[in-house]
Amino acid sequence: MSMDIKPAGVAQAASGTEQYLSFLLGGEEYGVDIQKVQEIKGWDTVTRVPYSPPYVLGVINLRGSIVPVIDLRLRFGLEKVPHDATTVIIVVHVPGDRGERTVGMVVDAVADVYDVAGANILPPPEALGAVEKVFVRGLANQDGKMLILIDVDGLVISSVVGESQAAA
Amino acid sequence: MTLDLEMEEIIKVFFEESFEGLDAMESGLLTLDATADRETINTIFRAAHSIKGGAGTFGFMEIAEFTHSVETLLDEMRNGQRAVSADAVQVLLQSVDVIREMTQSAQAKQPIVTVGADALSGELARILAQKGPIAAAPAAAGTAAAPPPVVAAGTAPPKPVPQAPINVALDSISGWRIEFVPDPTLFKTCNDPLRIFAELAGLGRLEVTAHVEQLPLLQALDPSHCYLSWSLVLHAAVEHSRIIEVFDWVETVSKISYEPVYVGPKPGESSAAGAGAVPVAPARPAPLAESAAAPVVTPAKAGSDAGSIRVATEKVDALINLVGELVITQSMLGRFAEKYDPEDLESLRRGLIQLARNTRELQESVMQIRMLPIGFSFNRFPRLVHDLSRKLGKKVELKLCGENTELDKTVLEKIGDPLVHLVRNALDHGMELPEKRLAAGKSETGTLELNAFHEGGSIIIEVKDDGAGLNKARILGKARERGLIEPDAQLTDDQIYNLIFVAGFSTADQVSDLSGRGVGMDVVRRNINDLGGTVQIFSSEGVGSTIRIRLPLTLAILEGQVLRVGKEIYVASLVSIIETVQPTREHLSSVAGRSELFKHRDSYLPIIRLHDLFDIEPDSRDISKGLLVVVESDGRRVSVLVDELLAQQQVVIKSLETNFKHVPGLAGATIHGDGTVALILDIPGLISNFLERQSGRIELAA
Amino acid sequence: MAVTILAVDDSASMRQMVSFTLKHAGYTVVEATDGVEALEYARSNAVNLVLTDVNMPRMDGITLVRELRQLDPYKFVPMLVLTTEAGQDKKMQGKQAGATGWLVKPFNPEKLLATIAKVL
Repeated sequence: MSMDIKPAGVAQAASGTEQYLSFLLGGEEYGVDIQKVQEIKGWDTVTRVPYSPPYVLGVINLRGSIVPVIDLRLRFGLEKVPHDATTVIIVVHVPGDRGERTVGMVVDAVADVYDVAGANILPPPEALGAVEKVFVRGLANQDGKMLILIDVDGLVISSVVGESQAAA
Repeated sequence: MTLDLEMEEIIKVFFEESFEGLDAMESGLLTLDATADRETINTIFRAAHSIKGGAGTFGFMEIAEFTHSVETLLDEMRNGQRAVSADAVQVLLQSVDVIREMTQSAQAKQPIVTVGADALSGELARILAQKGPIAAAPAAAGTAAAPPPVVAAGTAPPKPVPQAPINVALDSISGWRIEFVPDPTLFKTCNDPLRIFAELAGLGRLEVTAHVEQLPLLQALDPSHCYLSWSLVLHAAVEHSRIIEVFDWVETVSKISYEPVYVGPKPGESSAAGAGAVPVAPARPAPLAESAAAPVVTPAKAGSDAGSIRVATEKVDALINLVGELVITQSMLGRFAEKYDPEDLESLRRGLIQLARNTRELQESVMQIRMLPIGFSFNRFPRLVHDLSRKLGKKVELKLCGENTELDKTVLEKIGDPLVHLVRNALDHGMELPEKRLAAGKSETGTLELNAFHEGGSIIIEVKDDGAGLNKARILGKARERGLIEPDAQLTDDQIYNLIFVAGFSTADQVSDLSGRGVGMDVVRRNINDLGGTVQIFSSEGVGSTIRIRLPLTLAILEGQVLRVGKEIYVASLVSIIETVQPTREHLSSVAGRSELFKHRDSYLPIIRLHDLFDIEPDSRDISKGLLVVVESDGRRVSVLVDELLAQQQVVIKSLETNFKHVPGLAGATIHGDGTVALILDIPGLISNFLERQSGRIELAA
Repeated sequence: MAVTILAVDDSASMRQMVSFTLKHAGYTVVEATDGVEALEYARSNAVNLVLTDVNMPRMDGITLVRELRQLDPYKFVPMLVLTTEAGQDKKMQGKQAGATGWLVKPFNPEKLLATIAKVL
C-alpha cells in the first residue's frame, strides 16, 4: 500500500516557513522536508544486498525501479524492531551525481505535516546522542514539542554511498 | 516558433550537415591518389564549398575564410590544374580536422580558435604558390559534375570585361547619362528593363527615351525578342558603382555606357542641380550577429548526441504495426473480462498466449530500434590507420568486414575506445616495419582486419593482424619480472596471452605514447566485461594475432539462469555458464586449506562459496550436497557453489547504481515475476576478484 | 493567389533558411534537394520563381536553369542562382543558361527578400 502524500490538497507553506513531514522513531519525533518526500508505503519484501552495513536492509521494487531501503532505527543506533504489516517506509528523493536518487527509510510511524517557521529553528546542539550531527539540520519548537529536523540529503548519501564493507 | 528559435534549429542542421560533410571529405581524401576519379574530387570540393557557404551565411567567418583556402586548392584539383599529391592530401586531411574543431567550438558557442587554421593556411598558401604538376586527364567516372562552359549557338559573345567604375566627386555631378543596348535575347532570361528603370528611378528622377528603330513590322515581330534600346538620364548624384549594380544582371548580355553629367565648369548638359551628394554605399550583406560568448563548456564530440537516435523508417513502421496488433489483442481480452462464460475460458487462454507473443515481439522490435550498425564505430578507423601507419613508418592495409552488423546503441558507444586501443596496439606492437616483413618473407604491406558478425545471441568483433604475433617468451619474462606469476608456473598459451590484460603490464621497450603505457589493456578488458562481454586472444608467432570480442547484442536484456543460495535468489548470465554438475566427494579436494578445488574433466577448478562471499545461510555447507555451476570468463574457469537451479528466463537488467551503488560481484538487479527483486551476478567480476584475492597474485587454474 | 517559389539546394540548412525566410514573408515554398528533383517537380508543376544553388550533386544549378528553360511554362519564370562566386565567367555561364540573375552568398534574409521582390 502506498499513498502519494502530495496531492493538490496540501496547502503551500506560507513564506518564511517550510513544510515538514514528521515521523516517530524510538520515542522521538523527526521532520523531513516535505519537498523531498515522494510517497509513504507499507512494508515490502526486501532483497538483501551483500556487503551492506546492517542498517541497509536491501532493495525493493518500486514500480520497476530498484530502490534501497534504510532502517533508520539501526542507522541511529536504536534497537532493532521486527518489520511487519504495520511498518512504514518513507520514500524520499535526493539529488545525486547521476540525477536523482530514490531511497526508502523505515520508521516507526508517520505523524503529521507541520509548517515550521524559519525563526523557530535552532541550530543542532553539541551533544546529540546517537544521531550524527551531520544529518540534523536543526531543532524546531513546534506546538510545545521538539521536532528534530533531518537533512535528508546528508543522511541518504552517507548511508547509501559512504560506507561499504569490504568482502570477507 | 520565434525567429530566434527557428534560426537556432536551422543552425543546428548546419552543424550536423557540416560534420557529415567533413566526414565525407575525410573518406574521400583517404581514397584519393593520383588516379582518383573526378567524381570523388568533386564530392570533396562540394562538401567544402557547402561548409564555406553555410558558415558565411550563418556568421561563422573564421570557418568560412579558412575553408575558402581549402576550397581553392580542391578547385584546382578538380579542374585538372593541379595533380593530387600525397603531400596535398595530408594537408587537406589536417584541414578537415581543423575545420571540425572550429565547428565544434561554434556548436558549443565557444570562441573559435584559429591557431590551427592559421598554421595550415600557411601550408595551403605554400602549396598553392607552387605550380603543381598539371594532372593527367582524371578518369571520368560516370557523369562529370562540373559541366563544361556552354558555347552559345551562333556567335559566341566576346568575353565581356566588367565595367570599371568611373571615379567622380559626387558634388561635381548632377547625374548620369546611360546608354542601354540590350541583346535581343534579353527577355529569354526574364530580365525586365522596366524593373531596372524602376530601381534607377528610386535613386532620383529618371528620364527615359526608347529607341524603336530596330522594331520590325508587326508580322515579323517576335515578342520574345528585345528590339528596343534606351537612353537614360538619371538625375541623382550617386556613385557610379551604385548604378552599375542596378545593371548587374544584364551587363553580360548588353552594351551599356555611362557618362557622368557634370555641374558647373565641365561641359555637358546639366539639369537642376542634384541634391547634395547622397553617398549611397552599395548594400553589402550584413554579417549575422556572432553568438555571444558563453561560459566555457567542453564542446561535445562532433555528431554525438546521447539524447537522440536516427531510426530507419521501416523499423518504426514495424513497431507501429506490432502496437496495432497488441491493441487488438488487448481489446479482445477486455471483452471477455466483461462477461465471464466458462466456454470463453479457452478463448481467453488463447488470447493470453497471443498477448504474450505480441508483447515479446514488440519488445524485440523496440530493442531493434536501439540497434545501430557497427559501421558507425568502424568508420573512424580508415583515418586512424592511415595517420598511425604513416607516423610509425609502416605500411598497412585496413579491411573492414561486417559494417552492417547491428548492436545496441549503448554498446556501440562504449566499444569505440577499446577498439581504438586494440587497433593502435596491433599497429604499434603487432605490425612489423616493412623491411622486417620483407626479410621474413611477408608482403611489405601488412593487413589489419576488423570483422563483425552475429553468433548466437552475441556480436563478435575481431581485430586481426598478420603481424609478428605475441611473443610468449617476452610476455612470460615480463610477468615473472613483475612478480605476476610464480617463477616456475607452467602456463598454457592461453594463459600467457591473457597476461597482457593485467594491470600495469607492458612489454614495450620504450613506452610509446600510443599504447605502451601498460594502462591500456586492462582497461580494455574491464570495459568489455562491463558491457557483459568477453575478450580472447589467438596468436601465432611470426604469423599474426586475432583479438576476439564477444558482446551481448543488447545491454538491457539478459538470458539468465535463476539460482538459489539459501533464501536468496540470484540470476547468472547463461552466456557465462558452461555446465552445472552435482559434485561427488571424489572430485573434491583442497590445497593446504587455502583453496577448495573441484576436478572437472581434466582440470581442477577453484570453488567459490557464494554463501560465504555474500554472507548467506546456505542449505548446507557440504559441497557434495549442493550444485556446482561451472562458469567461464576470459578463459578462466571456476565453479560456483549454489543450492538449487531454478528457471532459465529472459530478464530485464535494472540498475543498482541509479539509486544505490555498485556492489562488487553484482551486475545489476531484475524484477522477478512475483514483483520481488533478484540480484544479477557479475560472473567476470566474481572470478577476477576471487582469484586475485585467493593468492594476492594472479591465480591461474592449473 | 499564393506566390510559389521553388528553392533548390543540397544543403538542408541553406534550404531551411531560405524556406523559413520566404515563408515568413508570405511566399509559398517548394523545396528540392538537387537539380534532378527540381526538374521532376517542374515537369508537372508551375511556380512563380526558381531559386537555386549552383554546386549540387547529380545536376548543378546552371544545368537546372538550362533544362528548365526548355519547359514551356518555365520560359518566362524568373530564375535566380545562389552562388558564392561573382566572377565574370560564372555570370556569363548563368546568363547563357538562362538565369535571370543571382544572389551572392553569404546573403542575409533582407537581401534575399529584396532581391526576390525585384523580380516578382
